[in-house]
Amino acid sequence: MSSPVLSLRGIGKRFGAVQALSDVDFDVHRGEVVALVGDNGAGKSTLVKIISGVYGADTGTIEIDGRRVSLTGPKSAQALGIATVFQDLALADNLDVVANLFLGQEITARGVLAEERMESRSWELLRQLSAKIPSVRVPIAALSGGQRQTVAIARSLVGDPKVVLLDEPTAALGVAQTAEVLNLIDRLRQSGLGVVVISHNMADVQAVADRIHVLRLGRNAAEFHIDDVTTDQLVAAITGASDDVVAERRARETRKETP
Amino acid sequence: MTFTDRTDERLVQDSSPRALLQNLVHRLRSGDLGMIPVVTGLLVIWGVFYAMNPRFLSSRNLVELSLDSATIGMISVGIVLVLLLGEIDLSVGSVSGLSGATLAVLLVYQGWPLLGSILAALCAGLLIGLFYGLMHTRFGVPSFVITLAGLLAFLGAQLQVLGRNGTVNLPGSSKLIDFANFTFLPDWASYLLAVAVGLAYLATRVLTLRRRAAANLSAPSLRSVVVRAVLLTAAVAGVAWYLNIDRGIGAMPLLWVGVIITMDFLLRRTTWGRHVYAVGGNEEAARRAGVAVDRIYVSVFALCSMFAALGGVLAAGRLQAVSQTSGGTDTNLMAIAAAVIGGTSLFGGRGSVYSALFGMLVLQSITSGLNLVGVDAYVRYMVTGAVLLLAVTIDSLSRRARKSSGSG
Repeated sequence: MSSPVLSLRGIGKRFGAVQALSDVDFDVHRGEVVALVGDNGAGKSTLVKIISGVYGADTGTIEIDGRRVSLTGPKSAQALGIATVFQDLALADNLDVVANLFLGQEITARGVLAEERMESRSWELLRQLSAKIPSVRVPIAALSGGQRQTVAIARSLVGDPKVVLLDEPTAALGVAQTAEVLNLIDRLRQSGLGVVVISHNMADVQAVADRIHVLRLGRNAAEFHIDDVTTDQLVAAITGASDDVVAERRARETRKETP
Repeated sequence: MTFTDRTDERLVQDSSPRALLQNLVHRLRSGDLGMIPVVTGLLVIWGVFYAMNPRFLSSRNLVELSLDSATIGMISVGIVLVLLLGEIDLSVGSVSGLSGATLAVLLVYQGWPLLGSILAALCAGLLIGLFYGLMHTRFGVPSFVITLAGLLAFLGAQLQVLGRNGTVNLPGSSKLIDFANFTFLPDWASYLLAVAVGLAYLATRVLTLRRRAAANLSAPSLRSVVVRAVLLTAAVAGVAWYLNIDRGIGAMPLLWVGVIITMDFLLRRTTWGRHVYAVGGNEEAARRAGVAVDRIYVSVFALCSMFAALGGVLAAGRLQAVSQTSGGTDTNLMAIAAAVIGGTSLFGGRGSVYSALFGMLVLQSITSGLNLVGVDAYVRYMVTGAVLLLAVTIDSLSRRARKSSGSG
C-alpha cells in the first residue's frame, strides 16, 4: 500500500494523574476510511483532538505525507490539510449555509465579502457530495439533522483537505439520514481523501470503513481489516476482556456446538 | 436556463405578487419579524398622537424630533453591536456623561481646540471599551457586571472631571452647538441627497445583479431594482420636502443616519461583521472555525463605548452645556430600550443597526407626543416601560415561533 497521508507514532497524552493515551500508533491512507472505535474513556476523543490540533501530544510524532509536523492549534492543523467535523457540528444557527461553509475562511474582494463567489463555490461543494439542500440562503436552523451534518461535512472540504475527521457523524440521525451520511463518507473516499470516522455504532462502522482501529484504555488494542472481522471480535477487542458477559456467552455457545 | 441555485424541485419557484405575499405571511408566522413590528408601532404611535394633537406631525415638531433622537440614538448604535454578541453595556449613559464632561472641561477650562477636545472625548470612550473588552476576554467577567461597575465608576469620574461647579456651559459661539442645533441642509442639497441616495442604491444593486448573473445565480429583475431605487429616492425626497417646510434635514440627524448606514454595511458586507453575527449565534462554533473571537469582543465593546462617547459629545452640543446629570437618569435605559424595541434580539446573533434608528424614533415620538399632549413625566415613564416590555415580549415570542417552525 502507498505511504500513509497521516501517520502517528507513539502518541502519549496525560491529564494530571490520568494517562489518557500511551504509545498510540495510527495511520490513514488516501482514499481510505478508517474507523476509530473504543469504549467511553478509551481515548478516542483525545486522539481526535490531538489530530485536529486542539490538544498538543506530550510524546510521539505526527507525519503528514511523510513530513514531520507539529500541530500548534486548530488553525495549523487546518492549514496542513486536516479538517475536523465535530460531533456537535459547530454551526451558527442564525447564519445561512453559505456563511457557515465559509466561516473563518471568507472570500473577499477589496475588503468586501464576495457573496457570489462563495455561493457558487457552495453549490459546487454540495454537488460534489450529491447533497440535497434546497437553498443555500436559508439559515442553518431551518435544516434537518442530516442536512446539518451534510453542511458540516461540506464545510470541512472548503480548505481542500487531505484528511477529514468525523466525530460520531451518525449519532443523532434517523435511519434514512444515517444512510445519507454514510453515502457522503463513501464519496469522500472516492475523491481520494483519507477519512477517519469515530463511531459507537458497529453496524455503521462495518458498513463504511476499510479498516477498524480499536483503542482501549488509551492504548492500541487491535486493528482489523473490514473483510476479516466479525462483530463479536470487534466487541471483544473493544471491551478487552474475555471474561465479560458477551465473551462468556460466546464461549458457552462454542462449547455447546463442539462437545 | 436554470440558475445554479434554482435547481432543487422543492424550491417554491412562483414569483407572482400573490406568491410573494404568501411568502411574507409565512415568514411572519415563523417568527422572522425583522423591522415590521417597530415600523408598525411607529405608525400607530404617530397616528394616535396626531389624532390627539395634529401639531404632533407638523414639520416643526418632526424636525425637533429628529434632533432629539440623534444624541441617544447614536449611543443606541453601539448597544445594537453589543446585543448582537449577546452581551450588554449598562454603562453607556455614564460613559457619554464622562465624555461630555471631558469635552467641556478641555474646551472651556483648558482652552483646547474643539476638534482636539472631541477627539480626546472619543478616545476616552474607546479606551473604556477596550478595557471592558479585555476584562471580558482575559478574565471572563460577565459584561453585565463589568459594565455595571463601569456605570458607577464612570459616573464618579464624570463628577470628578466636572469639579466643584458641576455645570460647564459651552461657549455660545461654539461650532459644536451650531452643528447640533442650527446646521441644516439647504433645500437644494436635501433633494440632491435624495437623488444621490437613489443612485447609490441603484449602482450597488446593479453591480450585484451583474455579479450574480456572471456566476449563473438567480437575481431579481432589473426592473424591480429600478422601481425600488425610484421609490427610495421618492421617499427621501418626500421626507426632505416635509422637513424643509420648517428648518429641514439637520446635520446631526444626518450624521446619525450616515453612521447607521455605514455600520450596517460593515456588519453585512465585511468579514468582521459576519464574525460578529457568528459569535453572537454560536461562539464555540466561531472559535473552532478560526474566528478571532476575542478580537471581535474587544472591537465591539470598544465601538460601543466610542459611540456612547460620541453621543455624549452630541448631547453636550445639543444642550449647550454639560452638568452632573448629563448622561444620567434615563440615557442608559433609553439607549438600550431603543435597540430592543427596534427588534435586535437580547439573545444575540439577530438584529440590525436600523433598529437603533426606528427604536429611537419610537421612544422619542412617545416622549415628544406626551409632552405635546401635556401629561406629566410619570406617564411617560410608564408608557415607555410598557412599550419596552411589549418589544421584549415580541422578541421572546418570535424566538419561540422560530424554534417551533425549525428556524431558530
